Amino acid sequence: MLKTFRIGGIHPAENKLSAGKKIVNAALPAQVMIPLAQHIGAPCQPIVKKGDKVKVGTLIGKSVGFVSANIHSSVSGTVNKIDKVMDASGYKRDAVIIDVDGDEWEPTIDKSDTLKRECNLSSKEIIEKIAGAGIVGMGGATFPTHVKLTPPPGLKADTLIINGVECEPYLTSDHELMLEKAEEIFVGTEILMKAVDVKKAVIGIENNKKDAIARFTEISKSYPGIEVQPLKVKYPQGGEKQLIEAITGRQVPSGALPISVGAIVQNVGTTFAVYEAVQKNKPLFERIVTVTGKEVKNPCNVRARIGTPIKNLIEIAGGLPDDTGKVISGGPMMGKALPNIEIPVAKGSSGILIIPYSEAKRKAMKDCIRCAKCINVCPMGLNPTLLMDLTEFQIWDRAEKQKITDCIECGSCSYTCPAYRPLLDYIRLGKGKVTGIVRARKN
Amino acid sequence: MENKLIVSPSPHIHSGDSIPKNMYGVLIALIPTFLLSLYVFGLNALILTLASILFCMLFEYFISRFLLKIEPTISDGSAIITGVLLAFNVPSNLPIWILAIGALAAIGIGKMSFGGLGKNIFNPALVGRIFLLISFPAQMTTWPAPVLASATDAISSATVLSRLNFGSALPTLSSMWVGTESGSLGETSEIALLIGLIYMLWKKIITWHIPISILITVAIFTAILYIFDPQPLYNPIIHLASGGLMLGAIFMATDYVTSPLTKKGMLIYGFFIGIITVCIRLWGAYPEGVSFAIVLMNGFTPLINYYTTPKRFGEKQNG
Repeated sequence: MLKTFRIGGIHPAENKLSAGKKIVNAALPAQVMIPLAQHIGAPCQPIVKKGDKVKVGTLIGKSVGFVSANIHSSVSGTVNKIDKVMDASGYKRDAVIIDVDGDEWEPTIDKSDTLKRECNLSSKEIIEKIAGAGIVGMGGATFPTHVKLTPPPGLKADTLIINGVECEPYLTSDHELMLEKAEEIFVGTEILMKAVDVKKAVIGIENNKKDAIARFTEISKSYPGIEVQPLKVKYPQGGEKQLIEAITGRQVPSGALPISVGAIVQNVGTTFAVYEAVQKNKPLFERIVTVTGKEVKNPCNVRARIGTPIKNLIEIAGGLPDDTGKVISGGPMMGKALPNIEIPVAKGSSGILIIPYSEAKRKAMKDCIRCAKCINVCPMGLNPTLLMDLTEFQIWDRAEKQKITDCIECGSCSYTCPAYRPLLDYIRLGKGKVTGIVRARKN
Repeated sequence: MENKLIVSPSPHIHSGDSIPKNMYGVLIALIPTFLLSLYVFGLNALILTLASILFCMLFEYFISRFLLKIEPTISDGSAIITGVLLAFNVPSNLPIWILAIGALAAIGIGKMSFGGLGKNIFNPALVGRIFLLISFPAQMTTWPAPVLASATDAISSATVLSRLNFGSALPTLSSMWVGTESGSLGETSEIALLIGLIYMLWKKIITWHIPISILITVAIFTAILYIFDPQPLYNPIIHLASGGLMLGAIFMATDYVTSPLTKKGMLIYGFFIGIITVCIRLWGAYPEGVSFAIVLMNGFTPLINYYTTPKRFGEKQNG
C-alpha cells in the first residue's frame, strides 16, 4: 500500500498532456512587465526608475516588511516605466516595465550548467542568500521561502519534506523539472537541510510519475539522509498539511504551523531555485510553466522569464485555440481564471491551462440533496454544505465553530457536488469574513 | 481576441457526477430485486411497479407545475425511486387504486409539501407505505402466496414475521434468503437486495455506515436475546432474513435527503433504527417495524446533524 493522507480526497482525471515534453526556452519578449507583488505579503519597493539600465538579475524591487521577497529583473534593457499592470489576481498593481535589449547577465551569476555539489555556507548565510534571491514557494502559494526557513523561536523541525507531488491535473512543470534537474534538486535539498538543521529529508512523489520516482530513488543512494517516498495518486496531496500527514503520519493541528509537528515543506521548483541561488548566485527570475489544455495543439513545458506576457507562451504551444472559453493561471482545481492573456508570468505561475468553451461554463445549481459527498471528500474534515448554508445566512459564530478557517480551498467539494453547488465560492466568502472577525477580536 | 474569456472562481473542473446519475444508480441496484419479484409474484409485480412509478411521476409533475409552479424535476429519477420503493413495500395483490392513494401520500405529503427533492424530512416512499398501512390495514397485511408455490397452498399466506409472532411453522432459511417467501414485492429476497448494496457501494452511491450499522445492531440485539432464550422468535439469522429489514436498511434508510450527513451521525442513526426495529418486531403491535423505525429516525436526523461533526483534520493529537 502506497502512503497517502487519511481524510477525504478525490482523483480527478489526470490529463497530464504535456508529460514527457522536454522543457523549451521561451524566446525573450520585446518587453516584460514584472509585478512588484509576486508573493504573499507586502509588495516590493521599486528601486529603479524610468530610463535606468538593468541586467538580467539586477535587483529592481526591494522587499519591505518581514513577509516579502526581493524582485529581480529577468531581462537586460531599459526601464520603460513603473505602472499599474493587471496580474493573475485580476487586480491592477505596480509593475516594472522593461524594454528588452540583448541578454546581458549580472557578472556574479554563474551561467554554467555544471553541477556544483559542495556548499560550505552556514545556515544563516544560506537563508540570507535565499532571501537575497527573492525565492518564494513556487507551487503556487508564493510564501517567501526565507521566512519559512526561519521558524518561530522555540520550534525546531526534524524533517524536511520536498513536495514533488504535483497533484493538480494537467500540470507537469515540476515533473519535467525533476527529470531534467534531478541532481540539482538533491543538492538543493541538502542545502535546505543544512539551512534548517535537520538530518532527514523526504521527497514525496505521486505514483503517476514513475520515471521520476525511479530516477530519484537511484540518485538518493548517494545522498545520505534523503529518502524518496512514492505516494498514492490523490488530490490534494500537494497541500502542505496533507503531504506532511502522508509522509510522517502527523496531522498539523487546526490553526498551527507545519513546524509544530516538526515539518518544513518545500516544493521541488523552490528547491531547484534554492540550488541556483546558493550555488550559482542566480536570483529567481525565470521558472518552468506548463502550457496545456485539451484543444491546445502542442502542450508543452516552457522555461520563461518572469514578466513575459502569457500570450507569448501560448504561441509556443500552438496559439490560442478558437474554442477557448477560459484561460487559467495554475491548475484546474486551484488556479485563477484570467481576464486576458496579456498578463505576465510571475513566480507562482506553475501553468497556463486553456479550457474549451464547452467545459468552461458551470451548470445551474440545484437544491442540495444531502448526499454528504462533499463531506466525504473534504481533506480537512469539514462539512462544506453546512458551511455554505452558514455563510449564506451569515451565521458567523457557528461557521467559526465549524472550523471554516481550516478550509484550504482545494475545491474538492465543488468538484464533487452532484447538484453543482458552488460550495467553495461561499466558503471562501465566509472564511474571509470569519478570519476578519477573529482578527478584530484579537486586537 | 473576439471571444471574451470566462472568469470564475476555482475549481474549474467538475467530476461529472449529477443527481440523475446517483438516482439511476440506485435504480440499477434495484434491478435484481425487481427481477426476483417478477419471478416470485409474476405479472402483478410488474403491473404494480409500473403503476406506482407512473403515479409518482404524474403526481410530482402536476404538483410542481400547477400547485408550486416550479419547473418539474421528474427527470432526475427521484420520483421513479419513490415509485419503485413504494411498490416494493406493498403486497402483490394490492388494488391499484389503493396504490395510487399511497403514491399521492408519498409524493404529495412526503415530498412536495416540503418543497421537493432535498427538502423533505421523511422518506417519501415510507410516508406512502405507512399511510397505506394505517388506512388499509387489511389489504396491506394480506399477502398472496407466491405464484411459485404449489396450488394446494392457501390463497393468502402469512409472512415469516407474522408466523414468528404467532408461533407458526417457519420456512427454510434458504428460501428466506433467496426470496421465494411470501411478503411485500421487494422485501423477500435478501440476496438480491445484498447484490444491490454491493453495487451501490462499488459505485460510491452510498457508504456502508447506515446499512451495516442497522444490520449489525439487529443481529447483535437479537443474538443477545437468543442466548438467554433460544427460540425462533429471537433467532438473529431469521430476523436478518425476514421482513423489510434488508430493503429498509439498504434502500430506504440510506435515502440521502432524510439520513444524517456525517459518518458518526450515520452510525447513531443506524444503531437506533436497528434497536427500534427489533423492539417493534418483538414487543410492538405490528409484526414489522422497519418502516416506523426509519421514519422515526428521519425525524431525528436534523438533531443528529446538529450534534455530530465530521472527523476533523488535526483534531486528534498524533502518535
